[in-house]
Amino acid sequence: MNTPVPADWYLLLSAALFTMGVIGFLSKRSLITVFMSIELMLNAVNLSFVTFAHEWHAVKGQIFVFFVMMVAAAEAAVGLAIIIAIFRVRGTLTVDQIDRMKL
Amino acid sequence: MHLVLFLIFALFALAGAANLLLQKHPINSALSLIVVMSSLAVLYLLLGAEFLAMAQVIVYAGAIMVLFTFVVMLLNEGREEKTWGSHAARVVGFPAVVALLAVLASAILRAGRHYGMVSLSDGITTTQDLSRVLFRDLLLPFELTSVLILIAILGAVALARKDDGNA
Repeated sequence: MNTPVPADWYLLLSAALFTMGVIGFLSKRSLITVFMSIELMLNAVNLSFVTFAHEWHAVKGQIFVFFVMMVAAAEAAVGLAIIIAIFRVRGTLTVDQIDRMKL
Repeated sequence: MHLVLFLIFALFALAGAANLLLQKHPINSALSLIVVMSSLAVLYLLLGAEFLAMAQVIVYAGAIMVLFTFVVMLLNEGREEKTWGSHAARVVGFPAVVALLAVLASAILRAGRHYGMVSLSDGITTTQDLSRVLFRDLLLPFELTSVLILIAILGAVALARKDDGNA
């Protein structure tokens, strides 16, 4: 009843999610959805960290994921603030129209 | 049992990620990203990472995605226009993405012969084990993240503040 799962299935799932994040990053046109694709890629990499931590019984792999989560929280706060500032200045979030660094 | 749970939640994660790509409205993408993150929490639990499963639900599916949905609703950007990427992204990007997936999958499958199996009876890494390493060996990086988060809060407030002209 307790059928085990090969560890590389988890890694393949992680690779598939990462690739979908890359596709979203390239093809989505809304700045906020592009940002969500980056979060998806971070999550995919976290899954492979946890898988390797399980594989080699290394607690430090899980702690690395913990730090990635903290950095992702900080990154989301700053990134969304930047998105709000861009929207206030430009009035749009379409990445094709946000093509200049200067205001 | 493990196989069934893995298949169900892997399918949820993949379907949520695909829905994120297919939806045109950002709020639908945000909600499907919540599905992906919650099913990843279950997969963490299957891998024995109980603390990370809880942190995934609270930090990612909770805090970060609430922030995303707030910003989507605040800005009220509406549907995204149906331009299908720039020409360079289509010509160079998508073959490169397919090549990336092929390289990753072949590398994993080649190395996967040496990896073991994951089963429910493997036992879990308790929060006690995790905190012992975190607070004994890695105390300085842990304290530094609190400084990082403080700076991020200040930066977010400074960036999103409305300039009233006389500042």
